[in-house]
Amino acid sequence: MRKPESLIMILGALLLLVVLPLLNAYGTPGSTFHVTDYNINLWGKYLCYGILAISVNLLWGYTGLLSLAQCLFFSLGGYALGMHLMLKIGKLGQYYKAGNNPLELPDFMVFLGYPELPLHWIPFSSFWFSLLMVFLIPGLVAFLFGWAAFRSRIKGVYFSILTQALTYAASLLFFQNKFTFGGNNGLTDFKTLLGADLNAPDVRRNLYIATVLLLIAVVALVKWLLGTKFGKVQKAIRDSENRVLFSGYATTSFKLFIFVLCAIIAGAAGALYVPQVGIINPSEMTTDKSLEAVVWVAIGGRGTLLGPVYGAIFVNALKSWATTAYPDYWYIILGGLFVLAVLFAPNGIAGLPQQIRDIAAWIKRRNAPEPAADATPA
Amino acid sequence: MSSQVILAAEGVNKSFDGFKAINDLNFYLDEGELRTVIGPNGAGKSTFLDLITGRTRPDSGRIVFGTGVGEEITSKKEYEIYQMGIGRKFQTPSVFTEHTVFDNILLGLKGERGVFKTLFAKPGSEDRDRIGQVLKTVGLFEKRHDQAGSLAHGQKQWLEIGMLLAQDAKLLLVDEPAAGMTDEETHKTGELLLSLAGKHSIIVIEHDMVFVRQIASKVTVLHQGHVLCEGTVDDVQNDPEVRSVYLGRGKH
Repeated sequence: MRKPESLIMILGALLLLVVLPLLNAYGTPGSTFHVTDYNINLWGKYLCYGILAISVNLLWGYTGLLSLAQCLFFSLGGYALGMHLMLKIGKLGQYYKAGNNPLELPDFMVFLGYPELPLHWIPFSSFWFSLLMVFLIPGLVAFLFGWAAFRSRIKGVYFSILTQALTYAASLLFFQNKFTFGGNNGLTDFKTLLGADLNAPDVRRNLYIATVLLLIAVVALVKWLLGTKFGKVQKAIRDSENRVLFSGYATTSFKLFIFVLCAIIAGAAGALYVPQVGIINPSEMTTDKSLEAVVWVAIGGRGTLLGPVYGAIFVNALKSWATTAYPDYWYIILGGLFVLAVLFAPNGIAGLPQQIRDIAAWIKRRNAPEPAADATPA
Repeated sequence: MSSQVILAAEGVNKSFDGFKAINDLNFYLDEGELRTVIGPNGAGKSTFLDLITGRTRPDSGRIVFGTGVGEEITSKKEYEIYQMGIGRKFQTPSVFTEHTVFDNILLGLKGERGVFKTLFAKPGSEDRDRIGQVLKTVGLFEKRHDQAGSLAHGQKQWLEIGMLLAQDAKLLLVDEPAAGMTDEETHKTGELLLSLAGKHSIIVIEHDMVFVRQIASKVTVLHQGHVLCEGTVDDVQNDPEVRSVYLGRGKH
């Protein structure tokens, strides 16, 4: 890998992992060097999106599979942890305090008149079981869906459409409360995680730090993966799947492996997202959310290691600003950016330095021969 | 069946929506032989290769690969057929353009193909030697660090042949290697294939008769999915039936 990229990675990791939390914990409120609790929380959210974007890019940028189901996997991971958080509200719930919830059911269940806790909710009172489900549920859904799709040789745009259909179907089922996950209100009003108060600044900071650690781990994993023979096969599938197939690789297994891995990565990001934003509902798993993640990757740099993270942070920071400053124009701005990136910056933000160097070299070349041409008499 | 035969296709039929692409085809290839298959467009040449490599399945008939008793390959998957030692070069060069020339051969190299094996496999010095050897054979050793996408058309064709050599394919199926090549490149390709014959059994599909004359000892003419005749280049060119098939359809 090029040296500047390694340097950016180390500096970025230090900044996110050490500098921001320190400025949050010890900076004097009101000074330039203070990071507010609000901002730490906001960055935690951006970085969760960054991890989600890496999963989109690993599929789309490196394997040629445009999956529109990544937000579904993100949400499934979120719901798995969200269920645990719901059960830990316990005596702090509104209905319990009002004295009409002796079973300590989640509030929405009392509201909807559930007589008792549904069977599949019971094991989620264990944190470790829930954590396992954060990985297992998205992984299993991806495995079953991917196995069926890849085995039937569904490729290209058809694969995208199918993943979109899967996401849409799942969001409908969640909206209609088919799985007893609170319908369109989803799961919210969380109080504690492993006994720690989720609204306390230091707990939020620790969640943020956990997000940075996951991000670093995922970037390291992707970097390692791309250097292996597996990574070479993966990119070869993107560029010429037939040649890979006729070189004796069962491409179905390779695609299935990477699809499941990316679902697990997205699920883990979702699980860290939920306690930080305090809510998970089916609007997180709609197809337009998946498409937004695709736009982050395109703007940040498809097929680059850090591009998806840049894209997720840049677009979401812009969104935070634009939806307050110009709320009516946000989608026009987003669409415009996407078109600009596709037309003029095919490698996105991550590719800009190289692009600038190329343009500079081109200008230099164009200017250099001119004096020589002038010197030659006509 | 003589024990020398490495590939036998017997009574093979294949239709696409009622169009008989392959019609009662009988074809035998000896071990180490370099055979050229010619025929007008739509004669079923590429479909024949598709059937051998498992890209499509025959409606009836059988294809047996291997010396001695051989093994039926008609119901096997692409990668299984590959593992038996059949390699294919496509008509349009298909190499991994974003990989280096070296990595292209590395991916073709015989060895582990499983998902988890490729995660932890490291190319050893033996592998590097073998890759270097293959690259020298196809004349691309100097270009090993270049991106495959930057190669000239002819060099891509050789790289793809190199990938088949790296896999130690017993049978090489080479679809129109001379297409789009300069005369010099065509000639070099012919010499390459001649040097590989004997060690490998080779089926070449080609249109360019100068090239066919350069490499061919035995030529099979396909017409409407059926073997029209077999023989030396001269036999075939003087065959009245072959002449009528080609002339009747206009010059290519």
